Amino acid sequence: MDYTLHPLGDNAVLIELGNEISEKSHQKVQALTDVLEDQPPGWMNEYIPAYTTVTIFYDPLAIYQLSEGKLPFDYACELIEPLIKDLEASNTAESRLVEIPVCYGGKFGPDLDYVAKHNGISPEEVIDIHSSGDYLVYMIGFAPGFPFIGGMSEKIAAPRRESPRLKIPERSVGIAGMQTGIYPIETPGGWQLIGRTPVRLFRPHDESPTLLKAGDKIKFKPISRAEYEKWKETESC
Amino acid sequence: MLKIIKPGLLSSIQDLGRTGFQKFGVIASGAMDPLSHRVANLLTGNIESEPTLEMTMIGPAITFEKDALISICGGDLSPSINGQPVRLWRSIYVKKGSELKFGHCLQGCRAYLSVAGGFSVPYVMKSKATYLRAGIGGFEGRALKAGDQLVFGKPSSQSKRMMDYLSRQLQNQSFIENDWSITSDLLPSTNAVPTIRMTKGRQFELFTKESRETLLDHAFEVSAQSDRMGYRLKGPGLTLSEPAELISEAVNFGSIQVPPDGNPIVLLADRQTTGGYPKIGQVAFADLPLLAQAKPGDKLKFAEISHEEAQRLYLDRELKLKELKQGIHLKTR
Repeated sequence: MDYTLHPLGDNAVLIELGNEISEKSHQKVQALTDVLEDQPPGWMNEYIPAYTTVTIFYDPLAIYQLSEGKLPFDYACELIEPLIKDLEASNTAESRLVEIPVCYGGKFGPDLDYVAKHNGISPEEVIDIHSSGDYLVYMIGFAPGFPFIGGMSEKIAAPRRESPRLKIPERSVGIAGMQTGIYPIETPGGWQLIGRTPVRLFRPHDESPTLLKAGDKIKFKPISRAEYEKWKETESC
Repeated sequence: MLKIIKPGLLSSIQDLGRTGFQKFGVIASGAMDPLSHRVANLLTGNIESEPTLEMTMIGPAITFEKDALISICGGDLSPSINGQPVRLWRSIYVKKGSELKFGHCLQGCRAYLSVAGGFSVPYVMKSKATYLRAGIGGFEGRALKAGDQLVFGKPSSQSKRMMDYLSRQLQNQSFIENDWSITSDLLPSTNAVPTIRMTKGRQFELFTKESRETLLDHAFEVSAQSDRMGYRLKGPGLTLSEPAELISEAVNFGSIQVPPDGNPIVLLADRQTTGGYPKIGQVAFADLPLLAQAKPGDKLKFAEISHEEAQRLYLDRELKLKELKQGIHLKTR
């Protein structure tokens, strides 16, 4: 696998595995994170995967004491190289499929009409297109459990709002440019909101604190307001 | 136990951050000035990662509901106990019923209060740091309010020895400080315009020559829109040679990113895990404490060093901290 190594501050190595957002780059990132999950190196504190990069964090003093005088970054690179050298891009065919119910429009999706008008189609068509796509979670970032999702049809693309909302309710589903996403916690943001899911994406007290992880496949399933309320009840139990 | 009488501007429980969950998009949080946090803990006989109270510019008023061994490190927010000034960077034995107050912010921006045994709050994702925006960690996931009561954890055997030693010397006073001080150069400089050492960022070369020079030649002001997430700096605008669409990737404590408006943002303890703005620089870890003590309105300058030098400065600092830790152990055997 081709890669380049770069410092990111004094405690991290950024590993660049590609230079464009693509399934190919994603598969390389997944292959490396699979290794880091299955056999976490003892010297690693944590890692952050992204579209084309994986960044590994370490304790510089601990690694320095292992290295017999080499600088921490240089020694970390030496330790990383054998992890990547023989790695093959992993096939995402075996990734999880997560179904996310969404109540579209109305109070939950105040920008659904805007997205429809912007694309010259009806709100029902927006829902239809959004919920029939196959999506891939490329990475988690921005907020806890916030998925960067690829695979949305350009027929429902819409620019960000000119002035961001100060508060976007948690679990809102939105569109920004060619991307669609879900807000796990209440944050400010400029995405066009088209609906809301009753499912919690951030679960700080659970073993796995987020519903989604990089590599997951997603399907959106339209539900009624009544189904939404019922779902929320079972979620809070 | 201690009780918060007045909360101050922003007082929250912090530790050395939530490690291992950034891959889920969960930010690291933790002390903005990790050095002051760690020294404060060493002075009370705690392990360095024990949670402390981070206090910002206007400190709280606190009453102690039992005897305690404390220390206050970092910025000088004019601490006093029952009206008598107390020194920073000392172990202090405080009698039950005493009131700790803070006055003017004389120097720096944040101070750290450590108590022997630490604060007894639950772990959330293996850390006790407060993550304000998500409302988790620390004390009920939020900044402290008047009336909050913080329970202390169990003091270490070293803490107990330090408490015995100081309490034996206590006569009628409400508190007593240790009679030795930290002489090493771990203490922050008090330069009016601090120079923050940095290395080139991943996208340094994408900026115009003028912008690259400006970053290193001009002073920048910490703007009012600065918080635990990052410092927005005001100065001559920085521009890319040509527009670039970057792919989001990990960022770090001290990454200097430049959004389209040209004003750099230095990412700090509550930074997002990933970002898509070009990074013109990266603050050397050794100078993060100095940076975290700058407050809105303060000016600062950047100086470029090599990544090799940044790492050596960091290692040097860590070794000095180790020496300090050993020194305190020897003094309190």
